[in-house]
Amino acid sequence: MNHWRLAWTLLRRDWRAGEWRVLLLALVLAVGSVSTVGLFADRVYRALQQESHTLLGADIRLTSAHSISPDYRAEALRQGLRVSGMANFPSMLVASGGSLLVEVIAVESGYPLRGHLEIEDSAVHRAQGIPQSGSLWADERMMRRLGVQRGDTVQLGDLTLRVEARIVRDVDQSVGFASIAPRILINQDDLTATGLVQEGSRINYRLLAAGTPQRIEAWRSWAAPRLQNGEKLEDVRDARPEIRTALERASHFLGLAALTSAILAGVAIALAARRFIVRHLDTCAVMRCLGAGQSQVLRLFLYQFILLGLFGSLLGSLLGYAAQALLVEAIPQMRLSDLPLPSLSPLMQAVMEGLALLLGFAFLPLLQLVRVSPLRVIRRELGLPEMRAGMGYAFGLTVLVFLFVWQAGSVKLGMIVFAGLIVGLSVFGGAAWLLLRLLAKLPLPGHHALANLSRHGWSSALQIVALGLGGMALLVLTLVRADLLRGWQERLPPDAPNHFIVNIQPDQREPLRHFFQSSGLDEPELFPMVRGRLVEINGKPVRSEDYPEPRARGLIEREFNLSWFDGLPEGNGLVQGAWWGRDAVEVLSVEEAIAKTLGLRIGDLLTYEVAGSRFSARVVNLRKVQWDSMRVNFFVVGPSALLRDYPASYITSFYLPPEKQAAADRLLTEFPSLLVIDTGAVIGQVRNIMDQIAQTLSAVFLFTLASGLAVLYAAMLAAQDERLHQAAILRTLGADSRYLRRLHLTEFAVLGALSGVFAAAGAAILGNAVAEQVLEIAYAPGFLLWLTGVAGGLLIVITAGWLATRRVVRGTPLQVLRAE
Amino acid sequence: MQAIGLGKQVMSGDHPLMILQDVGFEAARGESVAIVGASGSGKSTLLGLLAGLDRPSSGTVCLNGIDLSGLDEDARARLRGELAGFVFQSFLLLPALTALENVMLPLELRGAPDARKQAERVLQRVGLGERLQHLPKHLSGGEQQRVALARAFVTQPAILFADEPTGNLDGATGAEIIDLLLELNRAQGTTLILVTHDPVLAERCGRRIRLVSGRIEA
Repeated sequence: MNHWRLAWTLLRRDWRAGEWRVLLLALVLAVGSVSTVGLFADRVYRALQQESHTLLGADIRLTSAHSISPDYRAEALRQGLRVSGMANFPSMLVASGGSLLVEVIAVESGYPLRGHLEIEDSAVHRAQGIPQSGSLWADERMMRRLGVQRGDTVQLGDLTLRVEARIVRDVDQSVGFASIAPRILINQDDLTATGLVQEGSRINYRLLAAGTPQRIEAWRSWAAPRLQNGEKLEDVRDARPEIRTALERASHFLGLAALTSAILAGVAIALAARRFIVRHLDTCAVMRCLGAGQSQVLRLFLYQFILLGLFGSLLGSLLGYAAQALLVEAIPQMRLSDLPLPSLSPLMQAVMEGLALLLGFAFLPLLQLVRVSPLRVIRRELGLPEMRAGMGYAFGLTVLVFLFVWQAGSVKLGMIVFAGLIVGLSVFGGAAWLLLRLLAKLPLPGHHALANLSRHGWSSALQIVALGLGGMALLVLTLVRADLLRGWQERLPPDAPNHFIVNIQPDQREPLRHFFQSSGLDEPELFPMVRGRLVEINGKPVRSEDYPEPRARGLIEREFNLSWFDGLPEGNGLVQGAWWGRDAVEVLSVEEAIAKTLGLRIGDLLTYEVAGSRFSARVVNLRKVQWDSMRVNFFVVGPSALLRDYPASYITSFYLPPEKQAAADRLLTEFPSLLVIDTGAVIGQVRNIMDQIAQTLSAVFLFTLASGLAVLYAAMLAAQDERLHQAAILRTLGADSRYLRRLHLTEFAVLGALSGVFAAAGAAILGNAVAEQVLEIAYAPGFLLWLTGVAGGLLIVITAGWLATRRVVRGTPLQVLRAE
Repeated sequence: MQAIGLGKQVMSGDHPLMILQDVGFEAARGESVAIVGASGSGKSTLLGLLAGLDRPSSGTVCLNGIDLSGLDEDARARLRGELAGFVFQSFLLLPALTALENVMLPLELRGAPDARKQAERVLQRVGLGERLQHLPKHLSGGEQQRVALARAFVTQPAILFADEPTGNLDGATGAEIIDLLLELNRAQGTTLILVTHDPVLAERCGRRIRLVSGRIEA
């Protein structure tokens, strides 16, 4: 016999009777949630992958913090490679409409060696060549923010440039959302004329090379041993590793967030499977009676579950596909990035997870079902064979643990998150259960309804927690997030510095002081800054590859900004050691977090290389620095006697009242080589990115809320038969529809209000933890949080409950009792 | 059908309880046997043992010469599928299936190719040709039991087990069902084993076996 065909037939018949709906709903939500995240992350990954070949604009790239020795170029040319040089650095761009921090890319003819740029001048086309001397190409963001058009002129340092074209597609456009500052492209011949190349400028020099793999390899082996400190070779494998790592982390995190809805879906599936099985006892017994063996019945049901699983997963995938498409559309940077379409593998993964979830929570109950005695047809009291309580759930939970570990990409992380969630859910569930018992004991109006809820204590608690979890996530992402952000911003005094000036040359100090005086601004304190590379610790050479942590590597590869202070810098606190006296020379003070990252301790001897010469000094104390004070702070400082003879530039921060914004523009016109950073704008950009993350998470947690509703629906259906029976008896005893309706509404109102209270309480606890541990601010949840939580809970549960129980009130008692 | 020395003992709390003791009888092909007795006399237990739905504590049952005690549950199920049909007091139609689909089910479980046609024919025969697509909840009690009869006879079983088939029906409807049951029984030459406490119904069977406290009354 063809079991699949018969299973399909039986499934269709049962479907018509509505038996599979909850299972399908739960499954669709779980798969939808997981696939939304999977597809979304996949698109971003694919963008990275596709672009990684052109990302460097070359096959290999030499990057350096100082200008690159011509030997490298000569050797590359000798090997028959194509080469091109470039430099990039942040700077202020001034236009009539204001000023903007941009990333300046100065390129040589031939750029890019791999990939291509698309620009729009008279029309959109593939760029031939590079910007002409005296002109620049700019991306959309820069043109929009400065309000400039093609043909307008802008000021970059000392140089006036004409906007020649708009960059439609940059070589690494698809990951454009990950870079903060807009980009402009200029001709390298113009670089000197800008006057921006000075001591202390943060310029990155690059030498690009392209050619056959053998020649690239030959050049690499020639160049690698000759690399100086601060120089490194990168090929496509190294392209944007920081973004790749960040993305990997983000997608693990999002994946785990998506699994919270899988947990709830699992609960809904377990509830629905239980009801399914109770309602199919007779079917099973009759089939056994009619000659079907246990294994045949098992196969028939199992195949039905698999068919349903495939169908549900397919629907879920479609939902996920639509949701991620909407998500990309809703985030402007993503939309503009023109992401490639996702691959099928995240869908396959989501389908597998859906099937695993369904079978995980339904398989054991199913085994139990087919063991029902055929004798039930005569002896009606024979029910489900005994199974140890929780066995069915244990199997499903095991499946969930696997899913978490898989999604987290680490056994430890997956287990921790899973255990955390389960513990959290249990604590909340226990609290809800206790609360219901307590309410039922109090002499309150609506006592009948409360007693009903309390009698189904665990089921009611489950519904409250399931809905509360989804609600909590959404409240955290909306109200609590806004509160925290406001609290964090308010913590800064209103006149906290909002501008930084970097790159001040020693001879500009006096004119700058004068400028501040004449503009009616407070004269800012200028801090010296010496750029030096950490080359040795306790006499041992420092190599970045000795540090596994990317942050530590970055610190080693970059140059440190060193400064000198004779007293403890304002706003810093000593954590360990003592400040130095007047005569101290070869001593250093290190910020505690950086000391931890690099494994530095008091007494360590650090050797720095500054402008070709070296000095060594001992760490004598560790400082704590409040970074978000918006003041100038340094990781490493020494006494003036140690550093003052090295070439230095100066840095400062100051508060610019909004009404004096014009002064900032004048500052740039008078001192074009200064880099003025408007922290307000930077905070705005960071906030923009946070908003995008929050948007993505909200979408994921909407699924959690929907899954919570699925639990509610499943639980209501599970209690439906009992509810019908109770209603029939009450009506036989003279209760009218209004009484019944009021009874049900009271139950739903209590469920909804408690879910809302739990959601708000959870959100407040989380908000408090973040406020105390991360932001170090005080946080008091506002009245609005509780109001939104309770009102939202009431609205959702009453609506859902009313929809699910309309039938209970409608039928006549006889219909109901006869149907039993 | 042959039952030899059947006994059934269950545990009631800590004490063993004998529900059936040393029950033995035979039923020849085409014969109709009524098992009668008061509530709790062991009628339904006996029927369950005869149909192979349960295992006896002692004794054996042979259907068509095959000893059930040598078979495991799946083999007994196969044998039921080949030889037996059932009619129950509470009809036990599957609520999600239409009348037609309920009757098709035993054929489908065997993988019969023309299940629909056969089921339609039998439903016509029991007078429900017009109600093929109705769900059980839209049928009256008598109609539901007709569907159950159709389901029992559609596989042309050698033996039919009926457990209080009129127990849930009013007198007139019950009589109609009995007429139909006996008519089908005669037409197909089926052996009928019927459990009832209705003396009128029992009278219409060829032979009666009375159970008293788990034993056949002599």
